[in-house]
Amino acid sequence: MVESDRPANGGLHGFSSAPGISVRGAALRFDALVHFEALDLDLAPGRITCLLGPSGVGKSSLLRLVAGLPTAGLSGMVTAGDGRPLAGRIALMSQHDNLLPWANVLDNVMLGDRLRGIAPDVPRARALLRRLGMVAAADLRPAALSGGMRQRAALARTLYEDCPIVLMDEPFSALDAVTRHRLQGETAAVLAGRSVLLVTHDPLEALRLGHHVLVLSGRPARLRAVVPPAGDVPRAAGDPTLAAAQDALFAALSDEGA
Amino acid sequence: MVKRLAAPLVTLAVILLLWQIAVMVAGLPPFLLPSPARVGRTLVEQAGLLASHGAITAVEILLGLIFGTIMGIGAAVLLSASRGIRRFLLPLVVASQAVPVFALAPLLVLWFGYGMASKVAMASLIIFFPVTVALADGIARLDSGLLDMARVMTAGGARRGRRLRLLVHLFGPAALPALGSGLRIAAAVAPIGAVVGEWVGASGGLGWLMLHANARAKIDLMFAALIVLALVAILLYRLVDFAMGRLTPWAGGDSAGTFEETKP
Repeated sequence: MVESDRPANGGLHGFSSAPGISVRGAALRFDALVHFEALDLDLAPGRITCLLGPSGVGKSSLLRLVAGLPTAGLSGMVTAGDGRPLAGRIALMSQHDNLLPWANVLDNVMLGDRLRGIAPDVPRARALLRRLGMVAAADLRPAALSGGMRQRAALARTLYEDCPIVLMDEPFSALDAVTRHRLQGETAAVLAGRSVLLVTHDPLEALRLGHHVLVLSGRPARLRAVVPPAGDVPRAAGDPTLAAAQDALFAALSDEGA
Repeated sequence: MVKRLAAPLVTLAVILLLWQIAVMVAGLPPFLLPSPARVGRTLVEQAGLLASHGAITAVEILLGLIFGTIMGIGAAVLLSASRGIRRFLLPLVVASQAVPVFALAPLLVLWFGYGMASKVAMASLIIFFPVTVALADGIARLDSGLLDMARVMTAGGARRGRRLRLLVHLFGPAALPALGSGLRIAAAVAPIGAVVGEWVGASGGLGWLMLHANARAKIDLMFAALIVLALVAILLYRLVDFAMGRLTPWAGGDSAGTFEETKP
C-alpha cells in the first residue's frame, strides 16, 4: 500500500490515477485439456471492463490470475501500466459476500486493515456505510441482513480497501433482479475512476456497466471485444440501443456453441 | 427450562422402570443387581460421602478439561502454523493416542503421585486429542473464498506478524465452532481419564469409592457412585455447551439442528 495512491477522501470518491493492467500469455491448462492459452487481456485505466462468457469458460480463472491468487494450471504475466507492483493495490469482491459471521458489518468492512496490522479507520468505514445506505446496519451481524444488504456490506468492504484496482467476480449474480439492478447502478457510481474488471455471465449487466466489454468463449477460449452502447455507465436498462446490443451479444454467445 | 428438562426425565423414568421390572421378574439378588429403589435409598443415605468424593472427581475432570484444552489448542495452532511443523508434530500427536491412556495410568500415578495431579494428567491426555484434531480441522477448512479474500487483502502488506493476525481475526474465530465440537467430545470422555486414574491409585474420588464398594460387595453404593458420576459428566457437558453457545452465537450448539427440520 503506497500512500500516494490514496486520494484525500479515502475511497469515498473515485480515483484520479488508477493504472491500467495488461495480461500477457495467459493460459489455463490441465494436461491435455486447454481452457485457453496465449491470451492477452488489457484493462483500461480508470475504466470498467466487463468480461462476459458462459459458465466454465475460465473467466474467474483469468480474474484470479490478475488477483495473483495461486491456481492450479493457471499461468501468465500480469503488469500494471505504471510499472509498479500490483500487490496491495487490488480489492476483490466475489459472488459470495464472504462476510465473517462472527463480526458485525462495521468490523467486516475494516477486516483488511486488521489483517494488515493497521489501526482500522472507524470514521471512514462509517462514512462508506452511510454512502451505501447501510449505516443503520453497522452493528448487526451478517445473519441479520438480507442478501442485498450483505452484498452492499461486501461492497463497502471492497471500497474500504481503497484500491485503484477492483476485481469483481459475478458480484450480483446471487441477488434478485430488482436489488441487482439497483446495486449495479450504485456500484458503477462508487467505483468511478478505478480500473475495474467485472466478470459476469449476464449480458445486460456487462452492457450496463462496461466501458469496455470483452467476450470469452470457445474452446480453447478466445477473447473478443464487443462495442458497448454509447453513453456513460451505469446505462439505463430500458435504453433501446442497449436492448439491441443485448440481442447481438446473445447471438454472439450462442454462436460460439459453448 | 422445565420443558427442556422434561424430555430427559421421561427417558430416565423409562430406564428406571425397565430396571425395576427386570430385577423383580428375574429375582436377582442385590449383590448382583440392586433395584433402583435400593440404589435411590443409598443415594440419600450416603449423600455426604458421595458428594465429597464426587467433588474430588469433578475437580479432577474440570482441571483436566482446562489443561487438556490448553494443550489441544496449542498443538492445533502449531500443527496449523506451517506444513513443516505439521510433518514433525502430527505423527507424535497420533502416536500419543495409539498408546492407550489406560496403559499409561500406572506410570502417571508413579510420576504424579496418588493425589489429584495424576488424574488431572490422565484426563488432560484423553481430552488433548479430540480438541487438537477438531481445532486443526476447523482451521484447515476455512472457506476458500475467505482465504482468497484474505490473500488479496494482505498482499503487499507487512509480513511481520501476518500469521498471528490471520489466526486472531480469521482462522481462529472461523474454527471456534469446530473447537466447540472437540470440547463437547472432550467433556464427555474426560471422566474416563479421571476414573481410570482413581482405579489405579488414589485416596479419594468416585472411581476410588466404586472400587472399595465393589470389594465389599456394596453394589448399591457402586451404582449410586455411577449415577453421581453420570450427573457430573452431564453437568460438565452442559457447561461446555453453554460456554461455546455464548462464545459462538452464530454457530448454534448441540441444540441447533436435526434432520427432522428438512421436512417441508
